[in-house]
Amino acid sequence: MKMKRIIAVVLALALVFAFAACGKNTDDPADPTPVENNTDATPVAFANEGTIKIGGIGPITGDLAQYGMAVKLGAELAVAEINAAGGINGYEVAFNMQDDQGDAEKSVNAYNSLKDWDMQMLMGTVTSTPCVAVSAEAAADNMLLLTPSGSSIDAISAGDTCFRVCFSDDNQGIVAADYIADNNLATKVGVIFNSSDSYSTGIKDNLLTEAAARGFEIVAEEAFTNDSATDFSAQINNMQAAGAELVFLSMYYTPASLILKQARDIGYAPIFFGPDGMDGILGMENFDTTLAEGLRYLTPFLETATDDATVKFVTNFKNSYPDQASYLNQFAADAYDAIYALKAASELANVTADTAASEVGDLLKVALTQVSVDGVTGTAMSWAADGEPQKQPRVAIINDGTVAAA
Amino acid sequence: MAKKVNSPLEKKKSGVRSVTKKNFVTYLIVIVFYAVFQTLTATGHLKNAYQSLLVPICYSVVMAVSLNLVVGVLGELSLGHAGFMCVGAYCGAFFSVITKDVLMTDWLRFVLAMLIGAAVAALAGVIIGIPVLRLKGDYLAIVTLAFGEIIKTVVNVLYIGKDASGFHIAMSTKNLDMAEDGLLILNGPQGITGTPKSSNFTIGFILVMLTLLIVTNLMDSRTGRAIMSIRDNRIAAESIGIDVTKYKLMAFVIAAAIAGCAGVLYAHNLNALTANTNNFGYNMSIMILVYVVLGGLGSVRGSVIAATILYALPELFRGVGQYRMLLYAIVLIVMMIVNNGAFFVQMKEKALYNIRSGKKNNAKEAA
Repeated sequence: MKMKRIIAVVLALALVFAFAACGKNTDDPADPTPVENNTDATPVAFANEGTIKIGGIGPITGDLAQYGMAVKLGAELAVAEINAAGGINGYEVAFNMQDDQGDAEKSVNAYNSLKDWDMQMLMGTVTSTPCVAVSAEAAADNMLLLTPSGSSIDAISAGDTCFRVCFSDDNQGIVAADYIADNNLATKVGVIFNSSDSYSTGIKDNLLTEAAARGFEIVAEEAFTNDSATDFSAQINNMQAAGAELVFLSMYYTPASLILKQARDIGYAPIFFGPDGMDGILGMENFDTTLAEGLRYLTPFLETATDDATVKFVTNFKNSYPDQASYLNQFAADAYDAIYALKAASELANVTADTAASEVGDLLKVALTQVSVDGVTGTAMSWAADGEPQKQPRVAIINDGTVAAA
Repeated sequence: MAKKVNSPLEKKKSGVRSVTKKNFVTYLIVIVFYAVFQTLTATGHLKNAYQSLLVPICYSVVMAVSLNLVVGVLGELSLGHAGFMCVGAYCGAFFSVITKDVLMTDWLRFVLAMLIGAAVAALAGVIIGIPVLRLKGDYLAIVTLAFGEIIKTVVNVLYIGKDASGFHIAMSTKNLDMAEDGLLILNGPQGITGTPKSSNFTIGFILVMLTLLIVTNLMDSRTGRAIMSIRDNRIAAESIGIDVTKYKLMAFVIAAAIAGCAGVLYAHNLNALTANTNNFGYNMSIMILVYVVLGGLGSVRGSVIAATILYALPELFRGVGQYRMLLYAIVLIVMMIVNNGAFFVQMKEKALYNIRSGKKNNAKEAA
């Protein structure tokens, strides 16, 4: 029967997809051992009995696994360091990262699993849309939520216990426009964005608004969707025809890498500029790094920076995860800072292993507005009561296959 | 053919028709499942993680049963079923968000949202149904697949806001031309946020029961037999005067409306409603098809059980950490092979036979 044959093909495809989702996962050497073992430090005696439990949620499998894994490793590194130094308030710190595949519904499931684990505070979620759903749950439970990288406006708007480490999309769009205007990079700017992605459209909208205020011209605005993210020749040709001197790639790096390739193919070489989603483009498998030459992007973290916090983070990360150095990016840095921010706030508020989650929420939402954390993603990081971080952004440029400060 | 169509009418000695009995077993399974988990939740014995699975299981079941109406009963392969769910979800959520401030009890708003979601999804079913009726097999599969993708794309580019002067619809925020104090309801790919969380397990259970009643009764009615006759032999069905167009459209639209209801349930369970490949895209449509195929084409009870197990499995595997999706895929393959394997079928029949003969023996002894 024809029907059976079609179904067989469809199901075979479905299984391939299921495996593809795991494929990325199995590439990563699994590290199921507790985080304490990740450091070469000898076991330390903790002043107090019990553990302070920090939960984490992010896409460890699926299309966005690159981000989730970086956050997981960055957070685990911070936890290992903190434990080696005696923990928080003398309590051992336990960190439990649950997978959400970047999906809102699965993220809420992960959140509930973590509640069963008696999590006291949440470092997550990694991506924006799941964060919107989880922050609503967290606000209802009065659970403290500190997302390392959930950058959409709604990600932390659900309640006063929701905070973030990264900049919001609003802020990135504005900062990018200001940077273009301040440095006179271009007067004619084109924007390519992913219309099926909230990160892309959020940044693009604010860039457009700020561009009007700063007096440079947006000559072309081209969209694509997740389903058409393979051929960008139409968009690139329109950019070229409109005479854009700078093309702002409001997207993550996977489609951006194709745009860079296809632009070179037709001999179009404007200045390429992007948001922090470009971070990690050099670590892509089979990517010709010369394509990214001259690409600028906003980043909260520069591996080559020479300040003490960055040097310590980079050294420890490379020592702890020699095989996974490609995850050393801003997501790892955001997560690392998130854990240290939680530590600073917990110490200020005297959180113990027995403090109930909703009580922790009450204590930390005040404490986070009072701390000043010198982290990898910025010095003297502090938070406003609405959950937004206060720190200066950095811009990176790719020179000779390495990332440098622009 | 004729014999097959009439077979449900044969009566057993007990006086209860075998089909009715079979349906009651399905209802009973669902009711017992509800009673057990509702009791566990009420007494605080159920983990948070499992509690959060109950509503998703309900809409998965509803989706699987409604798709079974198209694939199993009507015999047409639809690859865009999640599209109807998407229509229902967005319409329902849209209604709930704009009426949030209107004085109305929560349940009334939810019921209205459900009706609106079902109505609009049914309308979408009619619109897609008319061209689809002229197609079959591969072509129908492709058109429904396209439909699902179109719906997903449309909701991703639409921006709808509301201010004092009414609604504004545009393809970008720039063209929305809305007053400063306006409320942006549908924010393109960022979807709809702030839908009241009105869904709960009881509502999900009621929806599952309604779906089961509708679908089982439909299958057991004159209409249902007409639909099945189209599946079995379209030409023969036409030759005995069955209006193929009418019955095909009917099955399609009913399935779409039910899927719309499932969408409303989904939208009111999460604060963030977005459409991408995994929710409302072809991945989801295929997942639902997997539920239906694994449960058995045309078997309502099979769909219910398969949807429940397959939805819950990845969450139950959280304990194994990174390997859970790998394990899930393996379990899926094993289930596919085993479920229809000769050995398993034989075992099942043997077990059923033993139970039946055991019952008879007991009855004899009692007599």
